[in-house]
Amino acid sequence: MPEADGDRLAVRKTYKLYLAGAFPRSESGRTYEVAAADGRFLANAALASRKDARDAVVAARKAVAGWSGATAYNRGQVLYRVAEMLEGRRAQFVAEVADGEGLSPAEAGDAVDAAIDRWVWYAGWSDKLAQVLGSSNPVAGPYFDFSVPEPTGVVAVVAPASSLLGLVSVVAPVIVSGNAAVVVASERAPLPAITLAEVLATSDLPGGVVNLLTGRAAEIAPWLASHMDVNALDLTGVDDPELAADLERAAADNLKRVVRPPAAAPDWTADPGLDRLRAFLEIKTVWHPVGV
Amino acid sequence: MGAFDYAPAPESRSIVDIAPSYGLFIAGEMVDPVDGAPFKTVNPATEEVLSEVAAAGPADVDRAVAAARSAYDTSWAAMPGRDRAKFLYRLARLVQERSRELAVLESIDNGKPIRESRDVDLPLVAAHLFHYAGWADKLGHAGLGPDPRPLGVAAQVIPWNFPLLMLAWKIAPALATGNTVVLKPAETTPLTALAFADICRQADLPPGVVNIVTGAGDTGRALVEHAGVDKVAFTGSTEVGRQIARSVAGTRKRVTLELGGKAANIVFDDAPLDQAVEGIVNGIFFNQGHVCCAGSRLLVQESVADDLLERLKRRLATLRLGDPLDKNTDIGAINSPEQLARIRELSAVGEQEGAERWSPACDLPDRGFWFPPTVFTGVTQAHRIAREEIFGPVLSVLTFRTPAEALEKANNTPYGLSAGVWTEKGSRILWMAQRLRAGVVWANTFNRFDPASPFGGYKESGYGREGGRHGLEAYLHA
Repeated sequence: MPEADGDRLAVRKTYKLYLAGAFPRSESGRTYEVAAADGRFLANAALASRKDARDAVVAARKAVAGWSGATAYNRGQVLYRVAEMLEGRRAQFVAEVADGEGLSPAEAGDAVDAAIDRWVWYAGWSDKLAQVLGSSNPVAGPYFDFSVPEPTGVVAVVAPASSLLGLVSVVAPVIVSGNAAVVVASERAPLPAITLAEVLATSDLPGGVVNLLTGRAAEIAPWLASHMDVNALDLTGVDDPELAADLERAAADNLKRVVRPPAAAPDWTADPGLDRLRAFLEIKTVWHPVGV
Repeated sequence: MGAFDYAPAPESRSIVDIAPSYGLFIAGEMVDPVDGAPFKTVNPATEEVLSEVAAAGPADVDRAVAAARSAYDTSWAAMPGRDRAKFLYRLARLVQERSRELAVLESIDNGKPIRESRDVDLPLVAAHLFHYAGWADKLGHAGLGPDPRPLGVAAQVIPWNFPLLMLAWKIAPALATGNTVVLKPAETTPLTALAFADICRQADLPPGVVNIVTGAGDTGRALVEHAGVDKVAFTGSTEVGRQIARSVAGTRKRVTLELGGKAANIVFDDAPLDQAVEGIVNGIFFNQGHVCCAGSRLLVQESVADDLLERLKRRLATLRLGDPLDKNTDIGAINSPEQLARIRELSAVGEQEGAERWSPACDLPDRGFWFPPTVFTGVTQAHRIAREEIFGPVLSVLTFRTPAEALEKANNTPYGLSAGVWTEKGSRILWMAQRLRAGVVWANTFNRFDPASPFGGYKESGYGREGGRHGLEAYLHA
């Protein structure tokens, strides 16, 4: 954390969870020490518990109806607003990303810029997905038949080590289509995630659409993977193949849609494509007879 | 015979030629199994043994996967799309040419009425092959990037309710996209898949592009878990779907699952009741209710419930149950004694839990596996017959008062495959269609299928879509 100039002692921030639009501590009362890449003490982050994870799922489920029922135009505006808020706090994110990931200020600046641009990119998708991924289907009979993409519901995400750009790259595609997310932030560098939560909380994103947990993925993720009110699971940030396989097995209990960890370390600056958007969408097909 | 009785009009079975025994179709040839024991396939309408079929063991599955890999590497994946298309068009034409034979064979092995296999299954099989044939040289336009690539070897496991149609749903998109296939038909209905092997021969399909291994669950498991498989496509029960999802965990295998359902068919008070009755009958008694998307829960608005049920019962009394090969037959045989036992068990539970059971007067044949069309009224959401998939000709009737209540009840299930809505009010149809958590919503119709129309479930009804452009995604790297 940057200490203030001169003699003034900085006012440090308490990093908490982001649940249902509020910033509570872990109900367990636990924290863990977050250090910079060079070993400096940065902050104590909340060490989220099973109960926190379940509370997050409840908050996410509550948010699904309103968020998925909002117009695509509205969702796009909210995501664009996130980019605006992020831009305004650019310096703070550059410092946090540089500290957390051990990047130079220039490298961290590039990552933050890319994260801001990614929000803008995804914001624009909100009212285009249905046209690009939906269809009118020429069936062999007197029926009007069309297919539309719909959000799958509650998506649990284990975010990657890329503490802001990676995080944004996995969260934005989940929520732009109307899903609600429960996100486990990068274990080693969780602080940009909580600061991002402050951005989300001031961007007209309804509470509960994104819920952020900090702590140990190996502890929290199994509860999310086996939770029967979670519809999909994104394992992008799970490094341990054994844990990833266990989580995928647990997800089968209610046939969650699963995004496996990438085969190779992802390049978060690359064109994201539509795979992540598609992964958390259902295609619904509606038939109606044509006649007089 | 009364004035309105029908004389029997049986379709001749002389058009089919069933061999006393069958091997496996591997690398373009029918071969004897290495380590599998034979099993019998039976006509469920007569219990007559039709043929002996090989149960493929692990070594046979291994051979089949190796054949598929070799075909993938040497001929199929690199073949120009227009040539893959021509092979698929050939397959479609051959199915059309032999459709009478295949329809009769399907009805004999499965028990479904010839009217359905002839007028629904077979036309859809040919249409599906035609549809995907046309995609083979247009994949760059499918919205999956300019040059989408095939996955490799697809392991495909299909159920017994629409044996040849499910084969077409699986094989057509896989082949169009440049994948090769090892397909396992259900153990009670292997014969049309083996006939399709002959069609592959007639089409001069390169050896190993399609391989067919018969057998039961063990064969399916060996196939799905085989390390040489890149893609698993399964249609069947949610329980087996879960096992497959677990077994592929930690691998790079891509998976699509089309699983069970407990669809609500919702009738509002302004619906045209006679049309709705036809839709209800088609929804749950089509194919003896052996349909994953069957409209097994009728939700009827309270104000018209009595009227609708009276009309429904009158209609059910006219259904003709019996010989699947009789062209007048509406309800054929239950596919297997195991399935019959399950239908009987859940129906007994329905009575024990307090629902009222009704069937029309209906003579069941002495031999074979039969179950009369059955309606349960006074069903609540807590009853097992309102929650569990029966997969038989059994309808559970619940009532509702408001659209919100109908929606709540319809979505109150872990499944999400299909739903039906009957109302004359357009805005209500769209309101319901938006909110029903189901992959297919039939409004003022039910159980319609088309190769251009994506099909597949929400929630525990599985993931992935079959049909249309969306069906390509399951077989391609974007």
